[in-house]
Amino acid sequence: MHPLKDKACIVGVGETPYTRGTDRSQLSQILHATMAALDDAGLKPHDIDGMVLPMPMPTAEHLAANLGIPDLRYTASSNIGGAAPVAAVQTAALAVAMGIARHVLIPVGWNAYSGAGVRGAGRGGPVGLPPSFGLTMSEYYMPYGLAVPAQWFAWLATRYVEQYKVPLEGPAAVALAARKHAHLNEKAFMRNRPLTMDDYRNARMVAQPFRLFDCCLETDGACAVIISSAERARDLKQPPIYISGAAEGHPLPADDIPGRKDFFKIGLYFAAPKAFEMAEVTVNDLDFVQIYDCFTHIVLLELEALGVCKPGEAGQFVQHGRIELGGELPFNTHGGLLSEAHVAGVNHIAEATRQLRHQCAERQVKDAALGVVTGFGDFGDGSLIVLRR
Amino acid sequence: METTAKYKRLLPPMRGLARDFYSWCKKHELRFQKCSACGTWRHVPREMCPQCGSFDYQWAKSSGRGQVFSWATTTQPMLPHFADDVPYATVIVELDEGVRMATWVVDIPPDQLRIGLPVEVIFDDVTEDVTLPKFRVRRPA
Repeated sequence: MHPLKDKACIVGVGETPYTRGTDRSQLSQILHATMAALDDAGLKPHDIDGMVLPMPMPTAEHLAANLGIPDLRYTASSNIGGAAPVAAVQTAALAVAMGIARHVLIPVGWNAYSGAGVRGAGRGGPVGLPPSFGLTMSEYYMPYGLAVPAQWFAWLATRYVEQYKVPLEGPAAVALAARKHAHLNEKAFMRNRPLTMDDYRNARMVAQPFRLFDCCLETDGACAVIISSAERARDLKQPPIYISGAAEGHPLPADDIPGRKDFFKIGLYFAAPKAFEMAEVTVNDLDFVQIYDCFTHIVLLELEALGVCKPGEAGQFVQHGRIELGGELPFNTHGGLLSEAHVAGVNHIAEATRQLRHQCAERQVKDAALGVVTGFGDFGDGSLIVLRR
Repeated sequence: METTAKYKRLLPPMRGLARDFYSWCKKHELRFQKCSACGTWRHVPREMCPQCGSFDYQWAKSSGRGQVFSWATTTQPMLPHFADDVPYATVIVELDEGVRMATWVVDIPPDQLRIGLPVEVIFDDVTEDVTLPKFRVRRPA
């Protein structure tokens, strides 16, 4: 048996309201989400003695100074964009399982809608290009006008749609399922904002083949999760949710998209078999999936990387309600980045945790016992955790 | 990521291996790194051969011929420097040597791009110092 299997648990989750417009700084948003997660776990700020940070700002020092943490014993960062929060869970699990820290905080928050300027949040100075891929981008892509995720993932999506003749109904089904689920989630920014197939089809093109509703939201807010050892988790307020499997993976090469021999082998393709093997489960055992949904076509690629369906078949699979609540494999039961909020997928970890605690009221997956959360970021880095109650 | 007064679009920073790559382009030669040990072509430029680990390479001349592998058509301006250009496609071309690069195909609109479309390199002297390799559709002679 894998030495890390079930040795660490998610013990607390919390978030701020997800809005467009706020008077809170990024740091304040993260601190509010952290306090909510601590309250959920029945812990106090001084109980936190480790942090794994999926975003460069604010730093562990900023957070500890505000929270009044007396003995911060372990800090690490994971700089792989949207794959970082789920990868951070693996790192945090290692730290608590080995006794290096007792309770590890993983927070993400930003004012993605209102901008970094809210209440002078930009203490770290101007934000540059991420070091992981910024070099390639500035030297070889930006002279040809390509600099944002909607453009660089359009490279993947264009080839994918052309090669496999993916029907428009595929990505549309992803967008519509996410929105349907958001209506059942009081925290979802898009709750009670209906989306029809006609709305989807007629929306403006952002970067082909991405229409507006293929793209994730920009929102203000924060979400935090707390990881503890399985032993400690059993004495806390909530039922422990076990981290049964965890893995990270990277495309080859990770810092250049055109140069990939296997164009659709995203990081998750490498991570998924490892995480399933560690958890000793298969994709057929899952009660739900929370998929990093920056773009709908990326969700299709991730479903294929997970082994839910064969290459090129996800566009068919997701139709006819298969990924909706009540379907074969419910996806993003909170609405995801597409319809709940964009906090880099920490909200996916929170949702998976609440599903496994059976706290999701009308959007509860019946008898949910096993689920996964994926991460996807930068130029296609991937991460995956397998969680069980 | 620089611009000049006359040229509105972004320019590549001339440093390190990128300077070497674009210096060849300025001479109107498309050259890529080719490993001296195992002969593998590579792009984007790297210090080592990821295939065999050798630090030795030459800048080998490409045929300049290839085909369209994929593209991203920008319909909503994402960068102010390219606002006047929409819609434009940032195209991935696969050269006959096997390497792929981001570029533009200059002589057809984005909606006429197809996977496998044969193309050949041309050189666009966008400023006094910088030449960008671009491509045009290769038509039977």
